Amino acid sequence: MNKNKIFRLITATFLVILFCEKANSANKELLKVDWSFTGLTGKFDRSSLQRGYQVYKEVCSSCHSMKYLSYRNLGQKGGPEFSLEEVKAIAASYEVDDGPNSQGEMFSRPGRPSDHFKNPYPNDNAATAANGGAYPPDMSVLVKARPGGANYIYSILMGYEEKPVDFNLEEGVYYNKYMDGNKIKMMSPLSDELIEYSDGTKATVDQMAKDVTTFLTWAAEPHLEARHKTGTKVMIYLIILATLVYFSMKKLWSRIDAEK
Amino acid sequence: MSEHEYTPKSKAGKWFNDRLPLLSLGAHLTDYPTPKNLNYWWTFGGILTFCLITQIVTGIVLAMHYVAHADLAFESVEKIMRDVNYGWLIRYIHSNGASMFFLAVYIHIFRSLFYGSYKSPRELIWIIGMLIYILMMAAAFMGYVLPWGQMSFWGATVITNLFSAIPLVGESVVTWLWGGYSVDNPTLTRFFSLHYLIPFLILGLVVMHIWALHIPGNNNPVGIDVKKPSKDTVPFHPYITIKDIFALLMFMIIFAGFVFFTPNVLGHSDNYIPANPLVTPAHIVPEWYLLPFYAILRSVPDKLGGVLLMFGALFVLIILPWLDTSKVRSAIFRPMYRQFFWILVIDVLALGYLGAMPAEGIYLFLARIATTYYFLHFIVILPALSFFEKTDPLPANISEPVLTGGFSGAMAKTDKIINEQK
Repeated sequence: MNKNKIFRLITATFLVILFCEKANSANKELLKVDWSFTGLTGKFDRSSLQRGYQVYKEVCSSCHSMKYLSYRNLGQKGGPEFSLEEVKAIAASYEVDDGPNSQGEMFSRPGRPSDHFKNPYPNDNAATAANGGAYPPDMSVLVKARPGGANYIYSILMGYEEKPVDFNLEEGVYYNKYMDGNKIKMMSPLSDELIEYSDGTKATVDQMAKDVTTFLTWAAEPHLEARHKTGTKVMIYLIILATLVYFSMKKLWSRIDAEK
Repeated sequence: MSEHEYTPKSKAGKWFNDRLPLLSLGAHLTDYPTPKNLNYWWTFGGILTFCLITQIVTGIVLAMHYVAHADLAFESVEKIMRDVNYGWLIRYIHSNGASMFFLAVYIHIFRSLFYGSYKSPRELIWIIGMLIYILMMAAAFMGYVLPWGQMSFWGATVITNLFSAIPLVGESVVTWLWGGYSVDNPTLTRFFSLHYLIPFLILGLVVMHIWALHIPGNNNPVGIDVKKPSKDTVPFHPYITIKDIFALLMFMIIFAGFVFFTPNVLGHSDNYIPANPLVTPAHIVPEWYLLPFYAILRSVPDKLGGVLLMFGALFVLIILPWLDTSKVRSAIFRPMYRQFFWILVIDVLALGYLGAMPAEGIYLFLARIATTYYFLHFIVILPALSFFEKTDPLPANISEPVLTGGFSGAMAKTDKIINEQK
């Protein structure tokens, strides 16, 4: 049994090393927010999602596409849950290219809820060219495409500061505490009172960063709430079933154990 | 095989069974005498069958919605996640299912290593199992390519490029595998085709694996032969089925934990970036279950050498029944092997960890030591132990240690003898 102890000790040491390693490998410890959507029963804050969409629409969407989302998603259960009227109005505020019509011509029309989010650029090359050679990534699954997820996005948004004196920055590149190599081609996108929230919330940088990160997390994982809900039910079901099976098993095997 | 003849009670049943003895097969599977001292490490065979069926069922549904085209694959996966009813659930079960499948298979393999289940007369069961394991790795690798994210693309590039190490024809072989001069649409479509095929090959091998198992019957924690059927065995149904079901439910709780509460933790975030042949990720890493082999591959400075060593790591497993010739199966009665077994476990875990780290400096050095030890274990230590190890005395039957179990089994046996003599 001594051997067992030694083995456990080795395993534990190994795990600790692994853990420290993981922590070290990150560029800078990311800012951590106590998000409402983490944890076993995590849900999105509905009003934060709606404000987050406003930030995306008025700030991010001038460069970042979100091509896997449709306007109808904004009214979907588990999302920002705008009313159907609001969704229709949001969609209609965009001019969408469509066609060809029966005359064979392309035309533009007001957007419908079934339309995908309008891309700010005609193609990726145009987006890259317009942004100093750096492609502004599509935001549909951005949260899942970065280690650290929501905390990473939030940290980047909050990570702009004065560059250290001896740090060299080229033209059109900005200093960000949390970016890999501390260089980012996106200018700090947020500033206090940059937008005016329709629900009257004070638009601080921190508030906007939190709201837009919440929105992006939902965009990347639109069924998160359904997943958590179903998961809880599945767990309860499995645990009850396992308990029943356990006692049935004990009863069955008692015949065998009694033989001795 | 159970010796008794089965005769169906009904006339129709007899008519059918005379022409196709499915009912006899059913009766054999139900009555199959199983050692009664099997512990929970033996439940992973059933769990693995569940994993395979789950992967096939979810995979067939995913294939209905997936589009195997370089320009559309990533988008079609997002469509599954967003618009297909419960598509998120099916895909998360499938992607986490691969990891759970490997978790179970590693436990299953190490169980076999600890209790000597690969030894005579079960060599073929072991070899078929290894073939299944190799096919699983091929299927998993190709499946990881299908979402056509950054890791898909670059993982495929790295792994297929390994074949370029073959002398003379390497480059041509790689071009042939790719269906072009780089990983591109033809590569994706053939990977999809093969990814759909391989699970059914695995299914066929699983049938053979179980068939071969039912000839000698199960090994058991004590590792001695049991008379079948006897006081030492129980019918498979209901005793083993209910135990397997209970273990499966425990496994499903962990499985569901990943699927519902942290579905992306086992994947790499880069795979949510669409494949881009012009941008190489900072670190190209395979899925966790392939990491030990990746570490072995990278620990050799020469490409061909690395590839050979990686395949060698699998080859020593295949020939394991002839490397370890000790007559005693279970590590419970092999005091030295028992310790080397745990060192091997730690060594493989270390290889897995080092495979995820950049191949430089201290990591590379440690990976080389771990790789050396891996081969040392199989090629030198095991054959040597077969000669030099002094094994503990084996019990006459499994009824005694089944009560006390584990390491103290042999001790209990000795105590019993002493008591009887009094």
